[in-house]
Amino acid sequence: MDPLIAEWQERIRSAAAAGERLVLRGSGSKTFYGGMVSGTPLEVAAYRGIIAYEPTELVVTARAGTTLRDLAAVLAEKGQWLPCEPPHFGPSATVGGMLACGLSGPGRATAGAVRDFVLGVKLLTGNGEVLSFGGQVMKNVAGYDVPRLIAGSLGTLGLVLEVSMKVLPRPVAEKSIRLAVGEREALTWLNRWGGQPLPISASVWHQGVLTVRLSGAAAAVAAAQEKLAGEALDESEAAAFWWALREQTHDFFSGEAPLWRLSLPSVAGPQDLGTTLIEWGGAQRWLRGGDPATLRAAASAVGGHATLFRGDPALKAAIGVFQPLSAPLLRIHRRLKTAFDPHGVLNHGRLYPDF
Amino acid sequence: MSFDASASDWRYSVDRAALIQRLSAVLPAESLLVDEEDLRPYESDGLTAYRCLPSLVVLPADESQVRAVLRICHQFRAPVVPRGAATGLSGGATPHPDGVVVSLARLKKILRIDPLARTAVVQPGVRNLAVSEAAAPYGLYYAPDPSSQIACTIGGNVAENSGGVHCLKYGLTVHNVLRVRGLTSDGEEVEFGGGGLDAPGYDLLAVVIGSEGLLALITEITVRLTPKPLLAQVAIASFADVRRAGEAVAGIIAAGIVPAGLEMMDRKAIHAVEPYVNAGYDLDAEAILLCEADGTPDEVAEEIARVRTVLENSGASEVRVSVSEAERLRFWAGRKAAFPAVGRMTPDYLCMDGTIPRKRLADMLEAIEILSTKYGLRCANVFHAGDGNLHPLIMYDANRPGELDRAAAFGAEILELSVRFGGTITGEHGVGLEKVDLMAAQFGCGEIAAFHRLKAAFDEPGLFNPGKGVPTLARCREYILARAGTTSSILANR
Ligand SMILES: Cc1cc2nc3c(=O)[nH]c(=O)nc-3n(C[C@H](O)[C@H](O)[C@H](O)COP(=O)(O)OP(=O)(O)OC[C@H]3O[C@@H](n4cnc5c(N)ncnc54)[C@H](O)[C@@H]3O)c2cc1C
Repeated sequence: MDPLIAEWQERIRSAAAAGERLVLRGSGSKTFYGGMVSGTPLEVAAYRGIIAYEPTELVVTARAGTTLRDLAAVLAEKGQWLPCEPPHFGPSATVGGMLACGLSGPGRATAGAVRDFVLGVKLLTGNGEVLSFGGQVMKNVAGYDVPRLIAGSLGTLGLVLEVSMKVLPRPVAEKSIRLAVGEREALTWLNRWGGQPLPISASVWHQGVLTVRLSGAAAAVAAAQEKLAGEALDESEAAAFWWALREQTHDFFSGEAPLWRLSLPSVAGPQDLGTTLIEWGGAQRWLRGGDPATLRAAASAVGGHATLFRGDPALKAAIGVFQPLSAPLLRIHRRLKTAFDPHGVLNHGRLYPDF
Repeated sequence: MSFDASASDWRYSVDRAALIQRLSAVLPAESLLVDEEDLRPYESDGLTAYRCLPSLVVLPADESQVRAVLRICHQFRAPVVPRGAATGLSGGATPHPDGVVVSLARLKKILRIDPLARTAVVQPGVRNLAVSEAAAPYGLYYAPDPSSQIACTIGGNVAENSGGVHCLKYGLTVHNVLRVRGLTSDGEEVEFGGGGLDAPGYDLLAVVIGSEGLLALITEITVRLTPKPLLAQVAIASFADVRRAGEAVAGIIAAGIVPAGLEMMDRKAIHAVEPYVNAGYDLDAEAILLCEADGTPDEVAEEIARVRTVLENSGASEVRVSVSEAERLRFWAGRKAAFPAVGRMTPDYLCMDGTIPRKRLADMLEAIEILSTKYGLRCANVFHAGDGNLHPLIMYDANRPGELDRAAAFGAEILELSVRFGGTITGEHGVGLEKVDLMAAQFGCGEIAAFHRLKAAFDEPGLFNPGKGVPTLARCREYILARAGTTSSILANR
C-alpha cells in the first residue's frame, strides 16, 4: 500500500476510535461550497499523478490529488477532454475535489455531468477500509454504482483516492453566437432548439443577451450557425467568455451577495426572483440574493431545488445550503452515511447539518 | 440449474395461506395467481437455464395496488421479485421459492410526453420501443435501444441500466433517465432525481438505476428524449481476421471519431444470422464491423469518409455503406436478431456479457476459441465493440447430461478472463442469480460487505430479490479460497 494511504488510513482509524471528526481538504478551491464543517483538517492533495491513460480506450485513471489543470493538459495532448467541463475555482483544483463536489460547467446540459463520466473510484472509507468500485471500462453493471454515488457526496462517504473517468475527443469545430432576446422568449427558443438535431453544446442568457455555443463536426456547426442566425463571436473572445462562466469570474458572480443556484426543469418560465443568469438550456438559473424561503418554494413548486452556492456562514447555518430532503430520502441518506462512515468521521455537516 | 445454490442462504418461512388471504383482500381474483399451472409461466426469465416456481404471482393494476402488496409482503417478511417483460438474461427476475413475483406488466401507460421539455413520463411496464414510437411524431426518440426493445420494459431497463447498440454516443439508461419514482420494501413512496438535471443530496438516482430490483420497486419513470438525427448511415466492413477487426475499432476511436454505433460479429454469428434475416452480410468474412454515423447530411458524409479510410487502412477486405434507410435498417436487423438467430442453431445457449478494454478484443476472441475446444461447445460472438462489451453465445443442449454445467464453466472462464483483462463480469445484463458467485472474482470481501450495507440502507429487511446481485460474505470467502492457486491454464498464459 502507498505510504500516504497507509498514513491516512491510520489517521482515520484513530479518529474513529477517538470520536474525532476530520475535514478533508484537497487544494481548498471549493471550500466555500457546502455546509458548515467542523473537525481537524486532513490535507489530501499529495496523492497525485495519472495512473493510466489510453486515448484509444477513452479512459483516464488519476490519483485524486492530480490537478484538473495537469489532467486537462495531458488529455489535450491527445486531442481529448472532459466534456462536463468541471469548474476549477482555483489554480490547483484537484480531481478528488471535482468528484466530491460533482460540479459541472457550461457543457453539462448536452454532454452530461461529472457523474456521467465517472467509471470507477477507489475510496478510503470512514472505517479506514480501502475499497474499489466500478472500473476502467465504459459499461459495467457489476455491483451498485458507488462511483456515481460518490460524485457530489462532498467527502461525507469516503476519502477519494483514485478516479477513472470516460474522456472524449474534443469537438473538431466550435462557434459561438449571440442574439438579443428577452428571458421568456430565450427559454422558449432554447427548449425548441433542444428538440432539434442542432449541435448546441452550451447556452447562457443574461440581461437580454443569449449566447449559444455550437460544437461538433465542421459541417454541422456551419449549418447550425446559419440557421440560428446570430452575431458570431471571435474565437478568443468566445473561449474567454465560456471560461469566465465556468470559473464564475463573469461579472454576474462578483460581489458579496449570496449566490443561489436553482436547478429547474428547462421549460420552467421566468421566475421573476431578481437578476438572473440562465445556463444549461434553462435548467440552471443563478440568482444573487433573495429570500431563501421564497427561492426554495419557487424551485420546488416546479419540481426543482435551490442551493445556496455561495453565502456567509451565518446564512448557511440559518437556512442550510441544500434543499431539505423528504423524510424517506433523509432516512436513506443517514443509513448510507453509516454504511460508509459509521463513526461519522468524515466531513460532518458538509452536505446536511446532522451527518 | 435451480435456485438452490444461493437460496440455501436465503430461505424464508412465510405462512402462504395467510398471505394469500391478505392479498386477496387488496387484489381482484384475476390479479393473484396461486395455482401451479398459473405460476408455471413465471418460473424463469430470459435465462431459461434457471427455473424456480414462485410461491405466488401478483399482477397489480396501479401503484396503489403495488403499495398494498408490498405492505403485506413486508408484514409477512415475504421476498418480493419485481418482474417486467422477463427478457433479462441474468436471472434477475427468476422467482424465489418462498416469494411473491410482482409483475408490472399491467402498469403500461405512457402518462405524458412533453415535446418542449423532451421528456416522457411512463409507467414501468411500458415497452422500450413504445416510448420511441410515441415520441416519433415530435421528431424525438428514447435513445437506449437494447436489442430486446420490442419486448423489454422501461422498468426492467432502469433496473438493469440497459444499453443498446447506440450507447457509445448516446449513453446508457443512467444517462437518459431524469427521475424515478418507486416504493421501498415497506411500501413507502420515494422519488429519486427530479424535474431538473440534478437533485439535492446523494445521487440516489444513479444508485437505483442498475440496482436489479434490489433497492426499490420502480413505479414511474421520467426519461429524456433525444431529437432524431437528420440522417444516419452505416458502414459495414469485412475482415479476413478478427485481430484486424479489433484494431480497426481502436483505430476509429484513435481518429477522434465517436460513432453512433460500433458493433462486431464473428464468423459463427454471421453464419447464424444471414440465413435467418438476409441482412446482406459477407459470408466469407472472419469478422464484420458495423459502424454508424449520424447527424446532418454533410456531417455524415464527412464522418463516413473518415471511417472508410480507417477501415481500409486496418485491412478491411470490403467496405459497404448503406445507401438508403431501408438498407441501413436491414444491416442492423441482422445484428439485432443475433441472439434468436443463434437460438435456432442450438437447443439452448448461454449469453455472456463481460466488458474488456477494446484493445483486448482480439486476445479475448482467441481465448474463447481455445476454451471452445476445451469444453467441446460452440460459441458465436457478437460485441458492442465500441464499448468493449462482449456477448459470447455458448451453445449447448440441456438434455445432454453435463452440458449445462460445461457451458456454465466455459462462461465463467470468459468472465474471469474479462476481469483479468481489466474489465468486468457484466456490462449491461446484470449480475442476477447467474453471476452472483462470480462477483467475488471482481470484488473483495470489503466491497461485498459495503454492497450489503448499501442494500440495507434502502431495504432493511432484505425482501427485494434476495439471493441475487451480491453474494453472501460466506460465499465470497468460499469462492476466493476455492480459486486460490487454481488459475486455469488459459488464464495463466495471458
Ligand atoms: C434477445 C435479447 C436481446 C437483448 N439485448 C440487450 C441489449 O442489447 N442490451 C441490454 O442491456 N440488454 C439486452 N437484453 C437483456 C434484457 O432485455 C434487458 O436486461 C432488459 O432491460 C430487461 O427488461 P425486462 O422488462 O424484460 O425486465 P425483467 O427481465 O423482467 O427484469 C429484469 C430485472 O429488473 C427487475 N425489475 C423489473 N421491473 C422492475 C421494476 N419495475 N422495479 C424494480 N425492479 C424491476 C427484475 O427484478 C429483474 O431483476 C436482451 C435480452 C434478450 C432476450
